[in-house]
Amino acid sequence: MSDHIVEIVVFSVLFLLVSGMGFVAAKWRAPKDMAHLDEWGLGGRSFGGWITWFLVGGDLYTAYTFVAVPALIFGAGAAGFFAVPYTIIVYPIFFLILIRLWSVSHRHGFVTPADFVRTRFGSPTLALLVAITGIVATMPYIALQLVGIEAVLKTMGVTGDSALARHAPIIVAFAILAAYTYQSGLRAPALIAFVKDTLIYIVIIVAVLYLPYKLGGWGTIFDDASAKFAASPAPGDGITLNTNNQLQYITLALGSALALFLYPHSITGVLASKSRNTIKRNMSALPAYSFLLGLIALLGYMAISAGVKPLPGAKAGSVDSNTVVPLLFDQQFPSWFAGVAFAAIGIGALVPAAIMSIAAANLFTRNIYKEYFRRDATPAQEATVSKIASLVVKVGAVAFIIFLDPQFSIDLQLIGGIIILQTAPSVGLGLFTRWFHRGGLMAGWAAGMGLGMWMLYSIPNAATGRKHFGGSAFPLSDFGFDTPRTIYVGFIAVLVNLVVAVIATLILRALKTPDGIDGTRPDDFFADEGDPRLETARTTPDAVGSST
Amino acid sequence: MTEPRSVPRSDRSPWNWLLIIPIAVPLLTPLYNMDSPRLWGFPAFYWLQFAFILIGVTTTSIVYQMTHRRAVSPSPAASTSPSEAGDE
Repeated sequence: MSDHIVEIVVFSVLFLLVSGMGFVAAKWRAPKDMAHLDEWGLGGRSFGGWITWFLVGGDLYTAYTFVAVPALIFGAGAAGFFAVPYTIIVYPIFFLILIRLWSVSHRHGFVTPADFVRTRFGSPTLALLVAITGIVATMPYIALQLVGIEAVLKTMGVTGDSALARHAPIIVAFAILAAYTYQSGLRAPALIAFVKDTLIYIVIIVAVLYLPYKLGGWGTIFDDASAKFAASPAPGDGITLNTNNQLQYITLALGSALALFLYPHSITGVLASKSRNTIKRNMSALPAYSFLLGLIALLGYMAISAGVKPLPGAKAGSVDSNTVVPLLFDQQFPSWFAGVAFAAIGIGALVPAAIMSIAAANLFTRNIYKEYFRRDATPAQEATVSKIASLVVKVGAVAFIIFLDPQFSIDLQLIGGIIILQTAPSVGLGLFTRWFHRGGLMAGWAAGMGLGMWMLYSIPNAATGRKHFGGSAFPLSDFGFDTPRTIYVGFIAVLVNLVVAVIATLILRALKTPDGIDGTRPDDFFADEGDPRLETARTTPDAVGSST
Repeated sequence: MTEPRSVPRSDRSPWNWLLIIPIAVPLLTPLYNMDSPRLWGFPAFYWLQFAFILIGVTTTSIVYQMTHRRAVSPSPAASTSPSEAGDE
């Protein structure tokens, strides 16, 4: 532990500094009345271009991404680079689709995607399905942020013998996070995101300039990686794709992009911005993060070139490949700079974890508590319930990590991406058409869920010797096709979901089953900042006052 | 549903079709799945995908510039009736 004392000091100082900012954030752009869900849960719906850029960037590119994507590249090569096309195609999709969700939410005061579904399809039950899907998909994602912090702590040698000692730093970190999120709401991650992203940009720019110089140039780095993959027995690896994993690469990139815009935390980030133009402008500026992510991904190859050996995993004989990037910094840089890099990852975990817990709490408050327990809840009561729910969500995430194998969280996150995709017909297509019957959407959701689960369950992982939930690449031969190609599970599941939704809609229409009433109007989807209908739609005037 | 007095605005624009490019190009693996030519030591697979980021930035910027003015024009008619009344 003494070898890492400088790293630990730098890490702790930066971490505490940022925590202080989290508490001060409640006073930043302070509203007249914080006791309103629009204020606590959406930062007053008032964030301009810069804040949105840092907030959404800090939200979508999580600590887990920064640790797991290079780990994937380290292990499998080109297939792990899907993160780059994935984050290129996500922004045009946001630009075309989420902008409509922003408008309709702005006019109706929606806080969650399930709020929209409820009004659009006149169905609290469908909204409940969307809300539960969102909460279940988000929970393991929060837990994974802890896996990111843990990889850093492990590298710094902060480990203990008992489970409690090993997890004590994480419990402390999350207690601090929970306290300032409770107090400041979405303003806390918005303010912290400035520090987090500045640190990450500095660290990565230094790393991608210095490491290739030290390791003999980019050409050498790629050649070293290529040599490693050529020597390994695994069939799917290499620095380019092979014929069998290209379809997987494409469908995983597309499926992940579609899943990302449905995740409650991305929607929370977008709804917090103040106008359509803020969002549109951001969609051309956010790809700067994709560039960063691409460079971070390549750290995986640098780790190969530098001869990094990942630390042992929780189970005997396994390795924790998430430690490759922290180890690379530990071995190649002076300890103070490694400390800064570790702090960047640690703080990088706090921003998305805060936003995700707020998003999950909002779903619970709006679509479960208010819908089923207290129809007449005031905005102040909603804010209180959401604050408490955000604590519960974080305790749950910590419990996941302490009491269960971290692998379980990784499995659940894999499942999370696939189940959140099943809300695509209701939320995504619902923004463009009201053609679907609410019952049809429910049937499609159930079919997509069932199929997705079955496919995931049936995928083994040869590398870890697991029989089930071994990954998201489904062999097409299991469907009876005579081919070794694989495809992303979520893609198939959402296609089946759509087909079932269409067929069930046709049947329900033919049977004249009553459909819900559409509470939206066509021009709701184009409403912008300063919209005159805003004031009548809002429940309190306070939120309007602070958003101007 | 639509009342005659409300002026329906729209976010339809032919410029939006331009966004097909950054969605489709990164998904066409045959375009970039090769090692050579290398650029500064980067295999084509990597530098081409970095270049696609620039395509994404360029197209979204163009579409934003071409479409953002239209959205600003206010619609004076749409100021009545709370929209959530039709809920349930």
